[in-house]
Amino acid sequence: MCETCGCSIPGHEHPEPADTHTVEVLKGLMSSNDHAAAHNREHFDRSGVLVVNLMSSPGAGKTRLLEQTAAGLGGRLNIAVIEGDLETENDAERLRRGGIRAHQITTGSACHLDAHLIHRALHEFPLADEQGAVDILFIENVGNLVCPAAFDLGQHLNVVLLSTTEGDDKPAKYPVMFRAADLVVVSKCGLLPMLDDFSVDRARASLAGLGNETPVIQTAAGRQPDITDWIAWLEARRAEHPATAEERAPATQTA
Amino acid sequence: MHEMAVCNELLAQVRASAVQHGARSVATITVRIGALSGVEPDLLERAFTIARAGDYTDQARLVIETIGVRIRCRACGNENDAAANRLLCSACGGYTVDLVGGDELLLASIELQGIPDAERSNQGENAQGENSYV
Repeated sequence: MCETCGCSIPGHEHPEPADTHTVEVLKGLMSSNDHAAAHNREHFDRSGVLVVNLMSSPGAGKTRLLEQTAAGLGGRLNIAVIEGDLETENDAERLRRGGIRAHQITTGSACHLDAHLIHRALHEFPLADEQGAVDILFIENVGNLVCPAAFDLGQHLNVVLLSTTEGDDKPAKYPVMFRAADLVVVSKCGLLPMLDDFSVDRARASLAGLGNETPVIQTAAGRQPDITDWIAWLEARRAEHPATAEERAPATQTA
Repeated sequence: MHEMAVCNELLAQVRASAVQHGARSVATITVRIGALSGVEPDLLERAFTIARAGDYTDQARLVIETIGVRIRCRACGNENDAAANRLLCSACGGYTVDLVGGDELLLASIELQGIPDAERSNQGENAQGENSYV
């Protein structure tokens, strides 16, 4: 069959029209999203807020970890959350009940958040409140280990949760997502004594197979919470993050 | 499946380029997709046949150049190809490696039709184009 016109006459050709002209582009295919992400990042940096993009499969415990994070920080840092879900305001309401400022984005049928959605949310969700400027903004992405990895939102850090009720070979199955991680959190570790098919060491080995040295920490955010390492990691990242653009400027000048 | 969203991003860029060059239509779009880019070539292709509808890209053809994963070992400097989920040095077995290729998500080139200058110098040839779009 002729690929150009779909007819079945054998041997005929459609000569290349003489007025064609090839333009070399060699630009990122996602330039419109990346442009919006850069704009978001500028806005975050001007406000001095550290932005953490939380990703995992559905049900790995992202919202629960955030609920416990507020308690674990004990008011030392002011946090806020942008929630991404296909439908419902449930997660944002859950966080608000715990006293955490939260804004819900419902994506409809979209399987990921993109930089434009975050930009729009920021217009309705100021990065300061009566308690002062937000220190850490969490973006809880749509539960999905595939699509969110392809979209820069303007965040500073990616955190990927891997719960003990999932397979410990998830990093090998979803290499793009786990390669993007600045930190992997093995969540629901309170369940480890009950599980015979999840090994934290195997999860680490699976992650090491992706060729980077992403740190791994363990959390339990259930009835007997232990999120000490997570809180310590957050406080350390916050401490090294420039508070404002002004603070950042001298560092870049001396470099 | 986020390939539809990726496709819309791609086509927005292509249409902007067509407008900028004063082209009448787009014949071919060539992209480079790495095995670790998070985009599936087959799904992108399928999304493209739906998303291309519109003034400039109605008849456009998508050419996907796939790029395999290539790594360089930080310990011994060896370079080798690798599977997307097994980025290990084939010489020393080290796992601290840098990605040399495989995460590309690039719009490489666009073949435009009916750019005014080219059109003027080739006026006689224009009648034949079944796939030209006016």
